[in-house]
Amino acid sequence: MHLHKFEKIWLVFGMASLVLFLLIIGFAAFWKGTHPQSHIETIDPQNVEAHEAFKPENLGLREVADGKYTVNIVASAFNYDFGTDADGKAVKKIRVPKGSTVLFQITTKDVVHGFQVAGTNVNMMVEPGHVSRLETVMKNTGEFTVVCNEYCGVGHHQMFATVEVYE
Amino acid sequence: MMLKNYNFPKKDARLYMSFMYVTFASLLVGGLMGLLQTLSRSGEFQLPFGINYYTILTVHGVILGLVLTTFFIVGFQFALMGKTVGLSDKQRKWAWIAFWTMLVGTIMAAVTILIGEANVLYTFYAPLRAHPAFYIGLALVIVGSWIAVFTNFRQLYVWKKANPGQKSPLLAFMVVINMAMWFIASLGVAISVLVLFIPWSLGYAATINVLLSRTLFWYFGHPLVYFWLLPAYMAWYAIIPKIIGGKLFSDSLARMAFILLLLFSIPVGFHHQLTEPGIDPTWKFIQVVLTFMVVIPSLMTAFSIFATFETTGRRLGHKGLFGWFKNLPWGDVRFFAPFVGMVAFIPGGAGGIVNASHQMNSLIHNTIWVTGHFHLTIATTVILTYFGIAYWLVPHLTGRRLTPRLNKLGIIQTIIWTVGMTIMSTSMHIQGLLGGPRRSDFSNYAGGEQVQTWISYQLAQAVGGTILFIGILLMIYIFIQLAFFAPKGVQEFPIAEEEVDAEPTPKILENWYLWIGITIALILFAYTIPMIDIIKHSPPGSLPFDWPIGRS
Repeated sequence: MHLHKFEKIWLVFGMASLVLFLLIIGFAAFWKGTHPQSHIETIDPQNVEAHEAFKPENLGLREVADGKYTVNIVASAFNYDFGTDADGKAVKKIRVPKGSTVLFQITTKDVVHGFQVAGTNVNMMVEPGHVSRLETVMKNTGEFTVVCNEYCGVGHHQMFATVEVYE
Repeated sequence: MMLKNYNFPKKDARLYMSFMYVTFASLLVGGLMGLLQTLSRSGEFQLPFGINYYTILTVHGVILGLVLTTFFIVGFQFALMGKTVGLSDKQRKWAWIAFWTMLVGTIMAAVTILIGEANVLYTFYAPLRAHPAFYIGLALVIVGSWIAVFTNFRQLYVWKKANPGQKSPLLAFMVVINMAMWFIASLGVAISVLVLFIPWSLGYAATINVLLSRTLFWYFGHPLVYFWLLPAYMAWYAIIPKIIGGKLFSDSLARMAFILLLLFSIPVGFHHQLTEPGIDPTWKFIQVVLTFMVVIPSLMTAFSIFATFETTGRRLGHKGLFGWFKNLPWGDVRFFAPFVGMVAFIPGGAGGIVNASHQMNSLIHNTIWVTGHFHLTIATTVILTYFGIAYWLVPHLTGRRLTPRLNKLGIIQTIIWTVGMTIMSTSMHIQGLLGGPRRSDFSNYAGGEQVQTWISYQLAQAVGGTILFIGILLMIYIFIQLAFFAPKGVQEFPIAEEEVDAEPTPKILENWYLWIGITIALILFAYTIPMIDIIKHSPPGSLPFDWPIGRS
């Protein structure tokens, strides 16, 4: 098959950029460990309480070490269950200090949901039968809206919470 | 033989036009839904009669993404096959069976959605359960399209038998590539619907494997977008050169590009599932790499299109470095609309690179950035090219002419579309980068600055959406004129010829066993191990959920 000289130059340049690009994302993924979340950990969606992290008393924010936090959440249409506060009211907002390392662990009791802390890299699909997990460092202060970003039914847009990062 | 500008026999023209009627009726209905969505999400308007936002969102996605595209493509491809290799009486009968099967399926699914029994969006993710009629309707649309697939295969086969040793006409070759890809890809969604969804929605199966159903959907979902794109490429490679007064750039290069698109459009579905918890990250990465292989045919296409423009311009005597560009037929809507589509593919493709990137994806996954992205690719690049085709195809089929007045209206239509889409798509991209979600009704969430910013971009989307709807009304007007009222006459069916001294096309490019064999090998490579993993490590299945979508 005949190729024009300019076309050869164009394709060689294009393919070389492609190889470089793929090497960069491959390096980031396999050496720097920036794979998207995949834990292949399964759970019975009809009995999520059987899992240590999702027992009602373990839901919500917990400091596990100095500057290290875990947040356990159970999603269901159309609510994120962050546990209850001292007065027995449902928690809708969690607060962590700037620079803390936070591990988000979430699963669903019913349909597919999303979990995004808008304005951060925390963005996960939440699927029945699976545990979604992502650890991140909260570097910026502010109020970040947690949104369900996968359609879960007619009340989908009413499913939210807030993460506040303070100084 | 193929280049004679004869009009189709009436019987054939009626068949091809039937697909066009459904296409443009879908455009009107789906476009109206889009308008209502942007208005509703601006927070300034409420939907009348208690209509649910997610009902119109489902209609919008199904009618435009699945119905408009499939009907246009099947109809256009039948016309290309009829023009290049012919249509026998028996094949015409099968084509009608395809049409009616698809139409019955469409109506079944549409009615189910409109009465609120299928608020599941066009991706119908389990375990949300729609009424069984929705899934059965979708299955009929797919089965109908398969009848078209095998009729097209048969058309080329018969032609080859009658013309031994000759290479197939380029456009017929391209149609068969697209249909081969569509068939292999839609097997995934067909298995998902027939084996997983229908028995489960009817209550014969208690639970469904959610991850398996999603994986089968996305095995189909990405090639679906290439199924929309390849007919646009057919026009860019083999029709636009004729419209601008030039020749085919290279027959073999065009075939090679289509073969590469066939190979690399299917084994890539995981890049839609990057943030899912149940798939091994290494296999996600492998499919990301395969996804990016389409860069090669895309670069080949970009090169040959602009090379055609320049060669043609210089041959017509335009001087200077950019004389050929200035003198392109800007006033001819058959060229202008697809050209705007080509330009939109530059930011569209760049955004696609972000989406498919292993890590950057988590910044934009399920944000309205993605909606902005595919409104550039499918709703600008592809649809403006389809419009560009309709401006000559419809009058060719109805024995009418694209008059200078209708041509001018077409130019105005293209400009309205460009302005509306620039506003809507740009604000979607920005809002998405700021974390605004897609597929959501208007919501103040917990309030605050972040949400206020999102809402201001949603207002901009309503402005863009309104302009786009005006463009749709104008397009419908032009279609009705071309179909029923434009003056009788002969409208050319433009097909570019090869250069007289063109090099012969290598025979290997038509070795179907080889290319389909490699396609299947790549699919088996990319999917076998992760599929076994998914099935072996599957959690307890999911019961159906009716109430979240408003079903009792």
